[in-house]
Amino acid sequence: MNISALWRDIRFLKILAQIAFIIVLALAASYLYFNVTTNLARQGLTMGYGFMRNPASFDIGESYIPYQPSDSYGRALLVGLVNTLVVSALGIVLTTVVGVLAGVARLSSNWLINRFAAAYVGLIRNTPLLLQLMFWYFGVILQLPGVRQAIELPGPIFLTQRGIYLTWAEGTAAFPAWRVYILIAFISIFVIWFALRSARKRATLPLSPWWNLAYLLIPMLIIGIGALIQPEPPLRPFRPELTGLNFRGGLRLTPEFAALLFGLVTYTGAFIAEIVRAGIQAVARGQVEAARSLGLTTGQTLRLIVFPQALRIMIPPVTSQYLNLAKNSSLAIAIGYPDLFSIAGTTHNQTGAAIEIITIMMLSYLSISLFTSLLMNIYNKRVQLVER
Amino acid sequence: MGTLEVKPPVLAIGPLAWVRKNLFSTWYDIGLTFLAIWLLYALLKPAIEWATTEARWGVIEANLTLFMVGQYPRSQIGRVWLTIFVLAGLIGLSWGVWKNAARGFALIALSAGAAFTLIALFYQWDIWTQWLIAEAILLIFYFMGLYLPRGTLIAAVAWFLYFPFVFLVIAGSKNIAALPPVPSNLWGGLLLTLLLTVVGNFGALPLGILLALGRRSRLPVIRYFSIGYIELVRGVPLITILYTAAILLPYFLPIDMRPEQVIRAMIGLVMFEAAYQAENVRGGLQAIDRGQYEAAHALGLNGSQTTVLIILPQALRMVIPALFNSFISLFKDTSLAALIGLFEILRIARSILAQSEWLGTHREVFLFAFIIYWLFNLAFTYGNRRVEEALGVGKR
Repeated sequence: MNISALWRDIRFLKILAQIAFIIVLALAASYLYFNVTTNLARQGLTMGYGFMRNPASFDIGESYIPYQPSDSYGRALLVGLVNTLVVSALGIVLTTVVGVLAGVARLSSNWLINRFAAAYVGLIRNTPLLLQLMFWYFGVILQLPGVRQAIELPGPIFLTQRGIYLTWAEGTAAFPAWRVYILIAFISIFVIWFALRSARKRATLPLSPWWNLAYLLIPMLIIGIGALIQPEPPLRPFRPELTGLNFRGGLRLTPEFAALLFGLVTYTGAFIAEIVRAGIQAVARGQVEAARSLGLTTGQTLRLIVFPQALRIMIPPVTSQYLNLAKNSSLAIAIGYPDLFSIAGTTHNQTGAAIEIITIMMLSYLSISLFTSLLMNIYNKRVQLVER
Repeated sequence: MGTLEVKPPVLAIGPLAWVRKNLFSTWYDIGLTFLAIWLLYALLKPAIEWATTEARWGVIEANLTLFMVGQYPRSQIGRVWLTIFVLAGLIGLSWGVWKNAARGFALIALSAGAAFTLIALFYQWDIWTQWLIAEAILLIFYFMGLYLPRGTLIAAVAWFLYFPFVFLVIAGSKNIAALPPVPSNLWGGLLLTLLLTVVGNFGALPLGILLALGRRSRLPVIRYFSIGYIELVRGVPLITILYTAAILLPYFLPIDMRPEQVIRAMIGLVMFEAAYQAENVRGGLQAIDRGQYEAAHALGLNGSQTTVLIILPQALRMVIPALFNSFISLFKDTSLAALIGLFEILRIARSILAQSEWLGTHREVFLFAFIIYWLFNLAFTYGNRRVEEALGVGKR
């Protein structure tokens, strides 16, 4: 085989092109690596993750895991990651509710409701989230009255510039006992499910649907017995009360957390509203007409015919909105909520370990994204049409 | 058998019928209507009260120039006007050349210019003359465009040259006496926001096309590299990429190379946007019929000829709406450059709030920024719709 034949062999050329690409990449990488090492050497810095064990010695405004300034940088970054996860998870749940409501309102035959939703979607989608966050934080929450003149909403919920105080539930002395009853009730549901399934397999005739009532009645019976043994209710309302210069009790949302959550939820909700609207409109008209001619009511048509089909269309774009919400939570730095990005920034300022910090940060966000899309893909597979 | 008398329907047409049909058709409809009216009242009443009494709108008037161009040297501000005049000329020319396709946009520009003139006259700012000149230029070029031979070609080339021209005028050059260099840390406000948007988008497009082609390549190394890049960038927040560009980029460059912060931000935006545009373009590539490849092959075109001459033109035309959407979202995303210290609109707003005489005017300043972003997005969305119509997307 001579050389000129090789040049005309497409398989050889393909391999050659890939080798050339790898060589170019390797050259570029080594050039960048050379630059990095020279730059670092010049500044007297070394790479490495040793700093992660050093004490962070800065305070973090809010944290869901125990943290104090003497803890390590690694711990501080973990606090940030947990803060990011908390606000993202809560945001995803709430934004779904807001988005579906606004999307349905957008399709309402009521003109006012329809216009209202359209204005919400149009205004929110066309302005930057960062601006909205700053507006909610500096322009709204920090301008709320002080603690003594707090705005009281039914609940009671108190709006103050020091944060938002919600009525919450508090476990009573009977709570541990109730936990056991509720656990037993849950287990009973699984037991019923297994029992009914095996009964269905054995039965020659279809089982009466009344058997499904067992799902409701047996857990209620267990809870009822529990109530007889332990008459005290498991939870009692935990109301915020003004004592002295501050509120006590209840659940306090810091101004930063409240602004971030509200901003993320309203922003992403507007995008989800459009997805919901488009998804519902994409269901073929014939489906609705067929359902109506079969005698289904409007509600049944929506619930049994339109929504299941619209859901299939909506899941992929909604997933990317969930991912956006999680990623956008990094804008928290603008209003001082200590999320992963803001704590990473502080760590970088104190240690100068730019490359290490950015690597950690990117890997964390990447894993959040991958994990969320993994979950949504599993869900997507379940609701997709199985063609026969 | 007597004729069955059917009375004419009461209230089938007219405003009352409309109200009844759209607001009070069922009992829950009535409830919803009252809920909406109550909500409107609860939201609008305090807002209007605040806007008319409490709000100090003077902060906007006092800082309008800052909002528009940031710290751009006031002696050089004529250069910004020059870019606006040229833009007005281009819009007029396109109107004359392309007639209907560009008319709506030209009319919007014309009425916006008229509105600015009137506002300036009302507040007795002396910039009303400049806006009037821009209007005149637009109209003059419209008539020129009507009679220009080979007008479409000239207009297309002129638009293509416009963006480099803007850069030259804004940045200046040591070699041109009339345009002394203006360092990029003085660029700011709306000017910088628009520059970042345009550079981010048009810089990212070639990279995005390459990545999209790479992702569909049959060579595994190139394919996995493209997939890796796209998924990495799409999986992390923009701010981390901007942060990387601002802080890490100098480490990766030779010691004597220290690009200015604006350039770093632009590099970050391009790297970010390229991944998203790659996915847009990939959508277009996947929508191309197999027959196109086969026909090109049958005509004797090789792989790269097929891609450049047959596939890409069709794919790109198909994804113009998607690219426009990315354009709009990048316009919003440039606000993140404020977090790495660029004086675009948002950072300007923050700096105005730090002025001692305008403390506590957060709402006024942020609302004004809202209005700027919102109006521009309306214009972009309108432009998108016109382009879609002109190209017949989804109809051909």
